[in-house]
Amino acid sequence: MGIVSPGFSGRRRTTGPDLPPGQYLTEDFPVLSAGPTPRVPLDTWQFVISTETGAEFRWSWDELMALPQETPTVDIHCVTRWSKFGTSWQGVSLDTLLDGVDTAADYAQAHSYGGYTTNLPLDDLRDGRAWVVHSYDGEPLPAEHGGPARLLVPHLYFWKSAKWVRGVRLTVEDEPGFWETAGYHDYGDPWREQRYQGD
Amino acid sequence: MTDMSYVDGNMLDGPLRELFAVDLSSATGRCESCGMVGPMAGLHVFAQAPGLVGRCPACDQVMLRLVRAPDRAWLDLRGTTFLQVPMPLDQPHPRPL
Repeated sequence: MGIVSPGFSGRRRTTGPDLPPGQYLTEDFPVLSAGPTPRVPLDTWQFVISTETGAEFRWSWDELMALPQETPTVDIHCVTRWSKFGTSWQGVSLDTLLDGVDTAADYAQAHSYGGYTTNLPLDDLRDGRAWVVHSYDGEPLPAEHGGPARLLVPHLYFWKSAKWVRGVRLTVEDEPGFWETAGYHDYGDPWREQRYQGD
Repeated sequence: MTDMSYVDGNMLDGPLRELFAVDLSSATGRCESCGMVGPMAGLHVFAQAPGLVGRCPACDQVMLRLVRAPDRAWLDLRGTTFLQVPMPLDQPHPRPL
């Protein structure tokens, strides 16, 4: 038995309105990966938004860090059923990155160093609901958790929060990504338990 | 977790037995990306993920994805050009016309 009883370790929400259906609460931070961990040097790192007309908007690491920074604290929900409450990040809002990007696209496909892809409606990247984050708990984001930078879209299952993100393609048609073409749900709302196709 | 976070393709034996009557762990596959031909048991399988991801041991490209829902399974082999499956000699088989 631990020295600190569960009653004194802070507010715990193992059930209730904060936990989506079918999820359990975890205190650690599991590492999931569909492939080898890319190691991306900061001096060659870049983030690119491309539009349906072929226009490209690029940021180097220094340019990303010079943009207005936000510090979201959010709950995250993995489709493998763990949820983690109150995770603290630092990064740049997609609203900032998309400001000035002229597009008629309805969809976005994030792509990563290492080849991973994931798709979501462009609207889900807007209105303070998505970030490119580079720090976790006040420290640079470790490579195994997606560093140098990952997408953070906490209102969808965490496979949508692409690790090692290198860009977002804005598309007119929906283009399913790595897991969405292999059985997982196209949208992935944890509150509606949209795990697999047809859920 | 590091780059050595995969296990070898022998672990696919059980999950694939759910889908196929033949033993695919003894099959040979060709990587669509680099063309290497080798045993499926030699794939690097990343299992700490929403599904199983089998990657070519030579070029690291994805050759196999297997996703298992409670009531369904998806097998994506677009990264595998062919599967060569050993067959018993005494088994009747169709011949080319």
